[in-house]
Amino acid sequence: MADKPIDPLRFHQTALNVQAYRQQVLASNIANADTPNYKARDIDFQSALHNALGAKSGSVALARTAARHLPAAASSPFATAVQYRGEQQSSVDGNTVNSDVERAQFAENSVRYEASLTFIGGYLRALNTAITGQ
Amino acid sequence: MSMFNVFQIAGSALTAQSVRLNATSSNLANADSVVSADGQPYRAKQVVFTASPVAGQEAVGVQVRQVVEDASPPRMAYEPKNPLANEQGYVSLPNVNVVEEMVNMISASRAYQVNVEMMNNAKQLILKTLAIGQ
Repeated sequence: MADKPIDPLRFHQTALNVQAYRQQVLASNIANADTPNYKARDIDFQSALHNALGAKSGSVALARTAARHLPAAASSPFATAVQYRGEQQSSVDGNTVNSDVERAQFAENSVRYEASLTFIGGYLRALNTAITGQ
Repeated sequence: MSMFNVFQIAGSALTAQSVRLNATSSNLANADSVVSADGQPYRAKQVVFTASPVAGQEAVGVQVRQVVEDASPPRMAYEPKNPLANEQGYVSLPNVNVVEEMVNMISASRAYQVNVEMMNNAKQLILKTLAIGQ
């Protein structure tokens, strides 16, 4: 029972993290709209959120037991969900960014991010009301 | 926090697009420069972008890889009275394609605008995140 009130917070916090991560991937796409051979990427939000909720806390890094071991960068827990976007219209320079799609997704993701923020704010206010009893 | 990477990504794109705008404006300004510093007619300069990671593997910004000179042959104009004309009476003019440069300019300034919008959007989201629980 003790950890019950935290659960919705944890869910929305994870969702916020995934959305912030997705925002950065979409920003990369928009920034590279004119870069030759750049391939647009996006994340599968559902599986990223699912993986992040199921994952143990803390990042996964390789242990280095000898001085000559190569350090493996601790990758983000969402990195595995990144996929290349399907190509809609090929361009001569090998770039697959469709500016309109990316901007639409960017705007949509911002709204979702704000929705998560609203949920968290509302939950915190509800908790506050319960605590003060007014 | 990955939302801050949006600033770095958009910032790198702003720099790259302004280099492109610079190249375009020097091309347009020199569209009729018959003699440049090396004694030859001015050659159009084109900027080549490349994707460069700014933080981690997923946040990919833009970088100017090189500025190449347009290899197309110079424009020939028949001006027998010009002191720089050859034996046949032709003057070599710069290989700047003015229409192409205007299109390049519009494309670069639109890309610049999109990246500024992206930055504003990220700033708003971060400010709203800071206001959680208030």
